[in-house]
Amino acid sequence: MNANREVLCMEPELTETPIGVATPVTPTTDTMPRRASVGRDVRNTVGTITVPNPRMEARDVNVFYGEKHALKGVSIDIGAKEVVAFIGPSGCGKSTFLRCLNRMNDTVSGCRVAGQISLDGSDIYDRKVDVVPLRAQVGMVFQKPNPFPKSIYENVAFGPRIHGLVNHRNELDELVEASLRRAGLWEEVKDRLDQPGTGLSGGQQQRLCIARTIAVSPDVILMDEPCSALDPIATAKIEELIDELSQNFSIVIVTHSMQQAARVSQRTAYFHLGHLIEVGSTRDIFTSPQHELTEDYITGRFG
Amino acid sequence: MNNSPTPNPAPAIDKVRAGLARRRAAEKRFRAYGLSGIILGLAFVATLFLSIISQGYTAFFQTEVRLPITFDPALLGIPANAPDQKALSTADYDALVKHSLAELFPKVTQRRERRQLSDLVSGGASFELRGMLLSDPSLLGRQVEVWLPAGDDVDMLMKGHFDRNAPESERRVKDNQIGWLDQLTGEERLVQRFNTTFFTAGDSREPELAGIWGAISGSFYVLLVTLSLSFPIGVAAAVYLEEFAPTNKWTDLIEVNINNLAAVPSIVFGLLGLAVFINFFGLPRSAPLVGGLVLTLMTLPTIIIASRAALKSVPPSIREAALGVGASKVQTIFYHVLPLAMPGMLTGTIIGMAQALGETAPLLMIGMVAFIVDIPQSMFDPATVLPVQIYLWADSPERAFVERTSAAIMVLLAFLIAMNFTAVLLRKRFERRW
Ligand SMILES: Nc1ncnc2c1ncn2[C@@H]1O[C@H](COP(=O)(O)OP(=O)(O)O)[C@@H](O)[C@H]1O
Ligand SMILES: [Mg+2]
Repeated sequence: MNANREVLCMEPELTETPIGVATPVTPTTDTMPRRASVGRDVRNTVGTITVPNPRMEARDVNVFYGEKHALKGVSIDIGAKEVVAFIGPSGCGKSTFLRCLNRMNDTVSGCRVAGQISLDGSDIYDRKVDVVPLRAQVGMVFQKPNPFPKSIYENVAFGPRIHGLVNHRNELDELVEASLRRAGLWEEVKDRLDQPGTGLSGGQQQRLCIARTIAVSPDVILMDEPCSALDPIATAKIEELIDELSQNFSIVIVTHSMQQAARVSQRTAYFHLGHLIEVGSTRDIFTSPQHELTEDYITGRFG
Repeated sequence: MNNSPTPNPAPAIDKVRAGLARRRAAEKRFRAYGLSGIILGLAFVATLFLSIISQGYTAFFQTEVRLPITFDPALLGIPANAPDQKALSTADYDALVKHSLAELFPKVTQRRERRQLSDLVSGGASFELRGMLLSDPSLLGRQVEVWLPAGDDVDMLMKGHFDRNAPESERRVKDNQIGWLDQLTGEERLVQRFNTTFFTAGDSREPELAGIWGAISGSFYVLLVTLSLSFPIGVAAAVYLEEFAPTNKWTDLIEVNINNLAAVPSIVFGLLGLAVFINFFGLPRSAPLVGGLVLTLMTLPTIIIASRAALKSVPPSIREAALGVGASKVQTIFYHVLPLAMPGMLTGTIIGMAQALGETAPLLMIGMVAFIVDIPQSMFDPATVLPVQIYLWADSPERAFVERTSAAIMVLLAFLIAMNFTAVLLRKRFERRW
C-alpha cells in the first residue's frame, strides 16, 4: 500500500518527443524510467495479460450493443486475491467488460457478448450455466450506491436468504453482523439495523452495498467506479476497505482516478476505445508505460 | 482581437437588463393564463356541485305523517285470535290508514274527497304497517301513533317544490288537500325527517319509497367482480410485458393494441359482453357478474398501462442491485420491484375502479337497466348500478324523482371522490425516495 502511494509523486515527466514518433524499445535496467515504445496506432494488448494463479480468464471478448462494437478482443486474467484496476477514458468499455464478468450484460437488451470468459476454468457463458450461482460467486458493487429501500438488516440479509446460506435466524444475524463488520460499517449502524438503508450517507450506503455483496461470500468482487459519487473521506474509507478485502477476495475495480488505481491495485489494465491497450503491474503502468496511449493517459495528455 | 470594428459594444449585462422587462411581462402573462384556466375550471366544478347539491339535498329529508293507527282485526279482515302468518301478510292494511284518516277528518265523506285524503299518505304506508305487525303481532287490537311517509306530491309541496299559490287547476295538490295538510301541521302531525328509506330501499315506482341501496349493492357486486379479475390479470400482464416479454414485433403489436383498447368506446364492450357472456356462455342477463366481466374488459387497459408505468418508474439500479447479488428475475421482481411499484399500481387500479363505478353505457347493453325492486343478494341476482339508477330516475316524470336523481348523483360523486382521495393518499403515503 505504502509503496503504491509513492507512485503518485513518481509520474513520468513529459519529454519533448515529437508526437507519433515511437522511440525504439530500449532494454534498460529497472531503475531507470523507460520511455513508452509502442506507437499510438497499435491496438494489440501490450504487457502480460496472464497471472500464475488465475480465478477468471477472459479471452478475445467482443461486445456489441446492437450494431455498436463496444469491446474489441479483450483478453485478461484476474488473479486470486489481487486487486485489478481498469482505467481509461470515458466510454472506452471498462464498465462493459466488467459487466461481462458476471453476465450483468445479459440484462441489457441488444447486448451480445462473444469470446470466452471462465471462472476457475469453467466457461461462464456456457449454455448450461445459470447466472444465479455465477452472480453469487462474482458479486458487483455499482457506481451509484444502490441499497434496497428496505432496512439495513434486510439489505445485507437478502443475498444469504435467497441463496439459502443460513438455516436459522441466529445464523443470519451473525452473518449480517460479520458482513457489516468486514465492510467497516457495523459500529456506525449496529443500533439502527431496522432503519432504511437509504437513510445512510453516501459513503455508508456504498459500504452497505459492499456488505451486501460480501454477505454471499463471492470469489470475485467487481466494483464499477465505487467512489465516484463519494466525498474524499468516504473514498478513503472505501479504499482502505478494498485493501482489507483483497486478502480474501479477487477485486476488479473500475476507476477514473489514477491515484486510486495506484493506491489500491496490484495490476492495472488500460482501455482505449474498446481495446485493451496495456496490462501490467500497477507500478510499471504508472512509472514506465510501454504504450504511448497509456503514457498519454496517465500523464494527463489525453482523456 | 480587442480592436473590433464596432466602437464600444454595449456590455452584455446592459443587453440583459434591457430585455428584463419583456421577460418579466411574458412570465406574468403566462402565469395569468394558467391562473385563469384554473379559475375557469374551478368555476365549472363549483357550478356543477352547487346545482346538484341545491337540487338534491332536500331528497335526504322526507315528509312524514303521524297517524293514530288501530290494528283492528275487523278492519284488517283477519280473525282476532292468533291469525297465522299468511293471514297477517295478506291483510288489508290500506284500510287501517283510510280508517285513521277518516277519524282525523270526520267531515270528509264524499268518495272523491276520501280518495284525495288517502292520497296524502304514501301507498307504501301499508307495507310499513304490515312490517310492524309481522314483527310484533301483539300490536293486534291496539292503537299506536305511527309515522308514515307522506305521498310524494305532499312531500314536494311541503318542500316548496310545488307552488301552493298557483291556480288550483295547475296544481297537483288541491285546495282541500292543502287545508287538511295545514290542519295536520297545526296538530304537529306533519314533519320532515331524515330520509332513511332513500339509503335502505331498492328502486320503486313511488318516489317516496325509492332508495339507492339496491343500486349501491349492485355497484358493489359489479366492482367486486371487476376488481378481483382486473387487478390480478392487469398486474400480471403488466409484469409480463414489462419484465419478461422479449422486445419484438409481437410485443409491439400487443402494446399498441392495449393502448387502442383503452380508447375503445365503452358501449362496444357492452355489445361484446352481450354477445360473448350472455349469448354464448349463457350467463344470466342483468347480473352483476356479467357487468363485472364487461367492466373488467374496460378497466384492464387502464390498469395495465398504469402498472407498466409504475414498473418503469422503479429505478433500474434496484433491479441491478438484486440481480448483482444473484437474485433470479422472479425474486428480483417479487422482493423488490413489485413492492416499489405497488402504490402506483394501486393508484391506477383505484382510478380504473372509479371509472368502472361511473360507467353506464356498457351496462345498458347487458340488461342492467331493468326496473329492479329487490336488493341483489349475490352477483347472480338481477341488479342495477348507481349511474344506471340515476339514468332511470332522471327519466321518470315525477317531480320527486328530480331531487332523488340529484341526491343519487351526490352519493355517486361521494364514492368517486372517496376513491380518488384514497388513490392520492396511497401515492403520498408510499412515495419513496431512493
Ligand atoms: N446499454 C448500452 N447500449 C448501447 N451502447 C452502450 C450501452 N452501454 C454502453 N454503451 C456504449 O459502449 C461503450 C462503452 O461504454 P462503457 O462500458 O459504459 O464505458 P466506460 O465504462 O468505460 O465509460 C460506449 O461507447 C457506450 O456508448
Ligand atoms: Mg463506466
